[in-house]
Amino acid sequence: MDYLSLKQWSPYIVGLLIGLLNIVSLLLSKKPLGASTGFLKIGGIFLRVFGKKEIELNEYYKKNTPKVDWGVMLVIGVVLGAFLSSKLSGDFSIRALPSMWSREVSSSFPLRFIASTIGGIFLGIGARWAGGCTSGHGISGTSMLSVISWIATISFFIGGILSAFLIYGI
Amino acid sequence: MSKSENNRLLEGLIIGVLFGFLLQKGGVSKYDIIMGQLRLTDFTVIKIILTAIIVTMMGISIFYPRGMIEVKTKSGSIKNAVIGGLLFGLGFGILGYCPGTIAAAIGNGYLDALTGGLFGILIGTILFALFYSDLKHLKFLTIDKYSEYSLFHSARENPFKLTLPISAFLILILYLIQSAGL
Repeated sequence: MDYLSLKQWSPYIVGLLIGLLNIVSLLLSKKPLGASTGFLKIGGIFLRVFGKKEIELNEYYKKNTPKVDWGVMLVIGVVLGAFLSSKLSGDFSIRALPSMWSREVSSSFPLRFIASTIGGIFLGIGARWAGGCTSGHGISGTSMLSVISWIATISFFIGGILSAFLIYGI
Repeated sequence: MSKSENNRLLEGLIIGVLFGFLLQKGGVSKYDIIMGQLRLTDFTVIKIILTAIIVTMMGISIFYPRGMIEVKTKSGSIKNAVIGGLLFGLGFGILGYCPGTIAAAIGNGYLDALTGGLFGILIGTILFALFYSDLKHLKFLTIDKYSEYSLFHSARENPFKLTLPISAFLILILYLIQSAGL
């Protein structure tokens, strides 16, 4: 039980267990791990509040019906699982800003709010454009030896490294 | 809602809880660790991803020939993967979380993830959906011969012929990262 209360595990152990979880998910749910479709559906559910017509006529939401499904539950589960893990290790606390950002960029919350909103918008558009995210392409699609997933994952990191260096310098 | 539909939702939730637990224990619910990877000072993210790929690939190699796992990969094109991937990457570096890890960051208590980050991702997916038809008509989004293509499809009898050499290569990369002290 002591192991569960450790703040951080070896990345190799975590990778091994995520791999095993992915296999279980493929066997049991016939779906690989992936988070971005969950956000797509949650966004669609919110949009439906403002206008049902928009959703019904939209080609993309016709293909991906916005409703609470497996992928949405997965995202909710991730929040709960991370909460549980951080509570067990005493690592949970409400923090407004990541320490690296407040140390090296700015300690203003409004600025971080604006930056994270802009970052989130690019992330959301990019994930749907590429057809997946760091888990759907980066772990699952690559393991399934999809050429598209390998190219997407490499592009995620090239783009990410470039924008990290733009913010923090070399 | 049928019983089996409820079961599927429950499966999604349980798998999600385990995934979130592992992401947090891996440290990737934290901006500093993810940005450490993108600034090339901390290789935790790559170590987790490559290890997970090796293990998943071995599992698929065992269960795919027996018909217990389907290998259904994403549709699209190399062009979509590059353009979408770079846009994603740009956002990844500004936000410091990706869709899976932002959910974990929210669970860990990070308010920037819960407010701006979550808000932004939802806006991003909605914008994409609203412009999807136009992007398709203007040929920004395409389908090419790699759509839904996987190397597994041509190696169904013995996938290990493919996955053992690839795993060896990925292990070599991990070994090099580790010996460089990263």
